[in-house]
Amino acid sequence: MIHSLFVINHSGDVFMEKHWRSIIPRTVMDYFFEAQRQVVKDNKGHEDVPCVIATPHHYLISIYRNSLYFVAVCMSEVPPLFVIEFLHTVVDILEKYFSECNESNIKEHYVVVYELLDEVLDNGYPLATEPNILQELIRPPNIIGNLINTVTGKSNVSSVLPSGQLSNVPWRKADVKYTNNEAYFDIIEEVDAIIDKTGKQNCSTVFAEIAGKIECCVRLSGTPDLTLSFINPRLMDDVSFHPCVRLKRWENERILSFVPPDGSFCLMTYHVGCQSAVAIPIYIRHNFFLPKENSQSQTGKIEITVGPRQTMGRVVENLQLSIPMPKFILNCTVTVNQGRATFDPVTKILLWDVGKIDPTKLPNMRGQIHIQSGALILQSTPSVNVQFTLTQIAISGLKVHRLDMFGENYKPFKGVKYLTKAGNFQIRM
Amino acid sequence: MTDSKYFTTTKKGEIFELKSELNSEKKEKKREAVKKVIASMTVGKDVSALFPDVVNCMQTDNLELKKLVYLYLMNYAKSQPDMAIMAVNTFVKDCEDPNPLIRALAVRTMGCIRVDKITEYLCEPLRKCLKDEDPYVRKTAAVCVAKLHDINASLVEDQGFLDQLKELLSDSNPMVVANAVAALSEINEASSSGVPLVEMNTQTINKLLTALNECTEWGQVFILDSISNYSPKDEREAQSICERITPRLAHANAAVVLSAVKVLMKLMEMMAPDADFVVNLSKKLAPPLVTLLSSEPEVQYVALRNINLIVQKRPDILKNEMKVFFVKYNDPIYVKLEKLDIMIRLANQSNIAQVLSELKEYATEVDVDFVRKAVRAIGRCAIKVEPSAERCVSTLLDLIQTKVNYVVQEAIVVIKDIFRKYPNRYESIISTLCENLDTLDEPEARGSMIWIIGEYAERIDNADELLESFLEGFQDESTQVQLQLLTAIVKLFLKRPADTQELVQQVLTLATQDSDNPDLRDRGFIYWRLLSTDPAAAREVVLADKPLISEETDLLEPSLLDELVCHIASLASVYHKPPSAFVEGRGLGSSRRALPTRSGSQDILESSPTHGERSGVIPTQESLIGDLLTMDLGGPPVASSVPAAPFASSGLDLLSGGLDGLLSDSPSVPPQQAAAAAAPSVGLLGDIFGLAPSASASYIAPKQMWLPAARGKGLEITGTFSRRNGQIQMEMTMTNRAMQPMMQFAVQLNKNSFGLVPAAPLHVVSPLAPNQSYEAVLLLNPTGPVQRMEPLTNLQVAIKNNIDVFYFAVVMPMNIFFAEDGQMDKRVFLSTWKDIPAANEVQYTINNVNLSADAVSSKMQQNNVFTIAKRNVEGQDMLYQSLKLVNGIWILSELKMQPGNPTLILAVKTRAPDVSTGVNTAFDAILHS
Repeated sequence: MIHSLFVINHSGDVFMEKHWRSIIPRTVMDYFFEAQRQVVKDNKGHEDVPCVIATPHHYLISIYRNSLYFVAVCMSEVPPLFVIEFLHTVVDILEKYFSECNESNIKEHYVVVYELLDEVLDNGYPLATEPNILQELIRPPNIIGNLINTVTGKSNVSSVLPSGQLSNVPWRKADVKYTNNEAYFDIIEEVDAIIDKTGKQNCSTVFAEIAGKIECCVRLSGTPDLTLSFINPRLMDDVSFHPCVRLKRWENERILSFVPPDGSFCLMTYHVGCQSAVAIPIYIRHNFFLPKENSQSQTGKIEITVGPRQTMGRVVENLQLSIPMPKFILNCTVTVNQGRATFDPVTKILLWDVGKIDPTKLPNMRGQIHIQSGALILQSTPSVNVQFTLTQIAISGLKVHRLDMFGENYKPFKGVKYLTKAGNFQIRM
Repeated sequence: MTDSKYFTTTKKGEIFELKSELNSEKKEKKREAVKKVIASMTVGKDVSALFPDVVNCMQTDNLELKKLVYLYLMNYAKSQPDMAIMAVNTFVKDCEDPNPLIRALAVRTMGCIRVDKITEYLCEPLRKCLKDEDPYVRKTAAVCVAKLHDINASLVEDQGFLDQLKELLSDSNPMVVANAVAALSEINEASSSGVPLVEMNTQTINKLLTALNECTEWGQVFILDSISNYSPKDEREAQSICERITPRLAHANAAVVLSAVKVLMKLMEMMAPDADFVVNLSKKLAPPLVTLLSSEPEVQYVALRNINLIVQKRPDILKNEMKVFFVKYNDPIYVKLEKLDIMIRLANQSNIAQVLSELKEYATEVDVDFVRKAVRAIGRCAIKVEPSAERCVSTLLDLIQTKVNYVVQEAIVVIKDIFRKYPNRYESIISTLCENLDTLDEPEARGSMIWIIGEYAERIDNADELLESFLEGFQDESTQVQLQLLTAIVKLFLKRPADTQELVQQVLTLATQDSDNPDLRDRGFIYWRLLSTDPAAAREVVLADKPLISEETDLLEPSLLDELVCHIASLASVYHKPPSAFVEGRGLGSSRRALPTRSGSQDILESSPTHGERSGVIPTQESLIGDLLTMDLGGPPVASSVPAAPFASSGLDLLSGGLDGLLSDSPSVPPQQAAAAAAPSVGLLGDIFGLAPSASASYIAPKQMWLPAARGKGLEITGTFSRRNGQIQMEMTMTNRAMQPMMQFAVQLNKNSFGLVPAAPLHVVSPLAPNQSYEAVLLLNPTGPVQRMEPLTNLQVAIKNNIDVFYFAVVMPMNIFFAEDGQMDKRVFLSTWKDIPAANEVQYTINNVNLSADAVSSKMQQNNVFTIAKRNVEGQDMLYQSLKLVNGIWILSELKMQPGNPTLILAVKTRAPDVSTGVNTAFDAILHS
């Protein structure tokens, strides 16, 4: 199972280590650093460090999040996904505690982090990973908490066993009380797509799918039992649920029935695959020229126009285009009729913050690309990474039918919001 | 107030300062001090000197302080075992605490203190905790058993903790069950005997399946993994397990999903592949696998490695999901490469157009590794999906036009493979390839290009110049290129011998004399010797038809694949290696996992015949003729007089001997009488000294008509075989019955059972005038390639003259193979006779023999059948005889004869009973001669 955890920052320092079994010397990280150096040498990004590395005696399984590497050290055959999922859970927990999981936050709350790590694993086996339970065991640091601790002389470690730890609904605290009972559901869909350049007018979709999730914020007293039904549940190709959802009812009736955890959580994620037609809300018209290899010219041209398409009557908002330029490009000078465009000469990313699309006056960008003198020009075309949001619509067409509560006899306030975002949305130029 | 303040004290007397703070009376100050100690510990500072002071703080009712002290203890107890004993009492007391949190904490911490002395004290509290009323304590105690097993395995077994652990499998709380399963599987894995300590049975599995629905996600992974080790007893049980596990595919945790996939993949093996159940299940497997690909890149990578196994085992599951494997430009490189691999596996005729346009897109990307793999993938598509080959080749040509160095090199490497897969289709593009010759700087690309030039030397006008240009830097090339170059030049030479003689000599010299590489040298010598002794054979060897390359070049070997399918979701599936190959301590004891088999399929496996090594290679009539036709009759005479040292300084001369033959269009047969005479001369000497029996006495069958004039276009051949002075001879009377003279005679024998090849060229008076006859004698050596014929003594002969090539088959009498040294020692004879199984004994009767036993004995002796013993039993004469064939087979025989009775009974015993019939025929013929 998981023997040890090392947390490593960008500059390659181990600034946190935790051993759940015998102590493994830090030198084991040399294998990881070697892989990291290799990646840097090959001119690749930090995320390109392989996530499973075999060393003569250990296996290093790592994730890269928030510019930090979390490296777990194992000594026996383990399911690597188990370790990866666990590491992500740890980061999620730390984010819940400190709102952001970065180096300074971890350093600032060393002891809490250490106590937490001790609580999540025992001898390499996960012990308690539900945020609800952990928060009862070890109180998150906040100003009021510190004040109470100082005044009463108590610590932020609970001395009683959390009630939910062993109940049938370990995700929920017992005896929750609210004056305002509310339940909010956000249906968030992300469009992952690759749009190809072929066919100038209507860009052809190479691949498009929707990854959706339902984020909830439930503040209800007692132990409420909720059911949520959809108008068109068959849209979803694949679903995965929070453990609170009763699978039987979903299989038989396509109804989500559950006792919710207290507070914010992700109720389900779903997937609309590329077999179904996915609406693509924008299109791009572009021109991209690099000077020919043997020509004297050192400048190329770029011109991009963006327009709405299949938006289901909504306005495309927060539109942002980022274009990673080839390494041999020195600078881009562009003018835009809307928003702001900047070129970062270090990362070579041309970023255009467009904002809203006004269908009467389409956003447009044109300008010149300057090539590094003497550089070898590869006739490659970059991809455009697009960000956008559409509010009050789930692009798959998914709609909530109704939400009912049983088990308690107050009337909660209920709300459902829809949002569509671009996930990994790429357009090849 | 944050924790970072604990790191600010970096003054000199830090340890001393902490010591005094730890011993302070104030609780608040104490706690702060312990926190500082822990903080120093986490960043790797050595604070072990404070051990006694920290342990003193252990007696407290403040849980946070207690926890911190426990953390410290776990870290340093190993280095201070004596001090750690001091803490034992507190632990034992804490295990009785009314608060379950403290009980659990105590038993948990004790297990982490890896000191032998402490473990003795641990047993009693642990036993109590395993039966604790609070499930939280029980589940912690379950893990503690695994810890203890790691420290002291025999203690766990002696104290009966394993049985207690097994009982926990039926615990009412699912969390306890999950931890017990996890602990048991870890103990099983560590077990030195390799025999699992707990066998799963139907009841346990049922309990686990019940617990599965209610325990945490991590517990589900443990339970699923341990179910995957269980083999259901029949298909129905497997189905019911599958049904109960399928809902796990909808879990949010990727590890749970993949572990469920593992169990399902394994159990599906037990069912008929076309059963509705399997078809439905396969449909359910695809969506969760696809969903895994929209998670974090690390999850994607592991998922992809596993999908790679799944598509090899069950290609149907994901056959419609090609698009999800398309690469996004910001995928990490390790994800990109894996996706590419799977795209090719899924490529088929219906989606190939899409795949190709994607691959072409990838080939223009920036990342060199990825681009290379994309180019290679295009080649693999061409090989896999035949109708797309044309488009793949043109795509590759487009890419070569980009002149991007590494793209061109990679393209050439794959085009080589395409050439091999589709011979004589795309060779028109060779000229384009040759344009890029100068840019190639990688060994593999250079090697491939050289291979192409050598293989198609006859189509490339300046092949010799091209190869010569490579030869200039021969010493600096890598071994791979050197070997290719050597072979290519030899090929070129065999195809265009006239103008490349110098080149081939140059490369052979370089390879054999100036190289330190044994591979290269050996290959050089082999070519050299081949070329100098028998260029025809060289041609056959070097220019032989290459086996077609298979469609999927990098498929895992099926048995490995099956084993890996059992290890889906584990590290083994990421490395694509069985765990025994990399997990430490898994060497001998661990049993390899195998997929369960369907109950019906077992029989098929067993009944499949296991043929012995001598399963007859009996060619059909057509292929025989084909074989003969490919024989190179224009080839030169066999230069049998070449000494066996071609690398001597005179090597070049020797080579030229063979070259002459190859170069001259008219095979002017060199006067080789000397060579022909050389062999018999040994026999002559033998004659003089009376070493061998008189040659004339041995039996020679009368000449038979081998080739009637009507079939031989006027050439008539009658002939027979003889053994004279230990030399097998083919004696032929060749008569020209045509109107014009015949000349340029040559002979060739097909491969045969005894490996007969001409020892000297056929010499016929030239020209052979009309109506003239010539007695030709061809000496044969049993040293050539062996191929079993039916009947064994069949020999296929081809005779060529200026008119045509004629083929005929003759049956050789067995006695020509009876070797002179066939006399066996008496005792050896006796033991061998007993040794050969009775089943190998064959009896024959030979009629009409009116000879006495002695006469038979002497007659046989002249034909190399030696009488070992002679007995008289009940009026019957028994002759025990031995003989040896030229290929080393011993034959023992027993001849039973009654005086006055012309019928003999022959019993033949040999290890190779196939020859018995031939021996009988030979005996018959000899005795009647």
